[in-house]
Amino acid sequence: MKPLLWPCPASAGEPSREYALQFSASGCATLLIVPALFDEGNRMRRLTVEVQRRLADEHGIASVLPDLPGCNESLADLALQTPASWQRAMIACARQLGATHVLGVRGGSLVTPSGYPTLHYAPVTGASILRQMLRAHVLAAREAGREERREDVLDRARREGITLCGHNLGADFITAFEALEPAAEASILAQGTLGGSGLWLRAEPSDDPDQADALALAIAGWIEGEAA
Amino acid sequence: MAEDTDQILRAILTDVLGLAPGQAASFEADTGLFGHLPELDSMAVAGLLTEMEDRLGIMIDDDEIDGEMLETYGGLLGFAETKTREAKNAQA
Repeated sequence: MKPLLWPCPASAGEPSREYALQFSASGCATLLIVPALFDEGNRMRRLTVEVQRRLADEHGIASVLPDLPGCNESLADLALQTPASWQRAMIACARQLGATHVLGVRGGSLVTPSGYPTLHYAPVTGASILRQMLRAHVLAAREAGREERREDVLDRARREGITLCGHNLGADFITAFEALEPAAEASILAQGTLGGSGLWLRAEPSDDPDQADALALAIAGWIEGEAA
Repeated sequence: MAEDTDQILRAILTDVLGLAPGQAASFEADTGLFGHLPELDSMAVAGLLTEMEDRLGIMIDDDEIDGEMLETYGGLLGFAETKTREAKNAQA
């Protein structure tokens, strides 16, 4: 496992350097993993890295897990990002780090770069992610004694951007994100095939070695199938 | 139908709270949820409600969500059963 920095095209101004976690391996495939988004990203991170470890050690598949600009360790301003800038970043990362295949995890499936064999693990629409974040926002406001309606919050977010569950999202991000769907040409890996329930559902970030085994095996099988 | 809703709801809570298999079977009507379990914050409740919508085939308005319905397992189950009945009647 090796942390590295890669040059990322900036949405405005100078290119920035973003963080990625790289696992080297003996085989010739390199998998770019676009991480799950927002809170799901935190809940899925350990499983994602455990899958990288298994891919390298047991299946000879190298992988790289970059940060999306504005997320995780990134110093970029999240409020300036859009789904398009995220996708540009992932295209640049795939090119620079020599990706041969791409995996999108949950909402990461919305911004996988085109032009690579692509697998989406439990993909989800932008609308669905946004709906849940808006609901959490409304519930938190209510706990704080403020009554807000989801529709009003969304209207305001579309006009002026919003801090949603701790994430600063610009108006351009919101309008693009709510219409976003995973690319239809990607292969889909459904949670039901892995055994156990999706770790993104957990209230607390968690781990599941059996799911990591099953997910790594399914990804390795898919990469092998792509080569055949 | 009511029994199905009960089982589905226990399965959802198992997934959201990361319970061991079978642990949710011990939930009684007065088992405390929101306000009793620290991990069940607003983000987790939002996830729980969205999962209920998807697995029970219901739609939940924000107006319908109140502290009483979320406070105990019995409160949540009663709400879920009413909503699934409504959804079924609307289909028929």
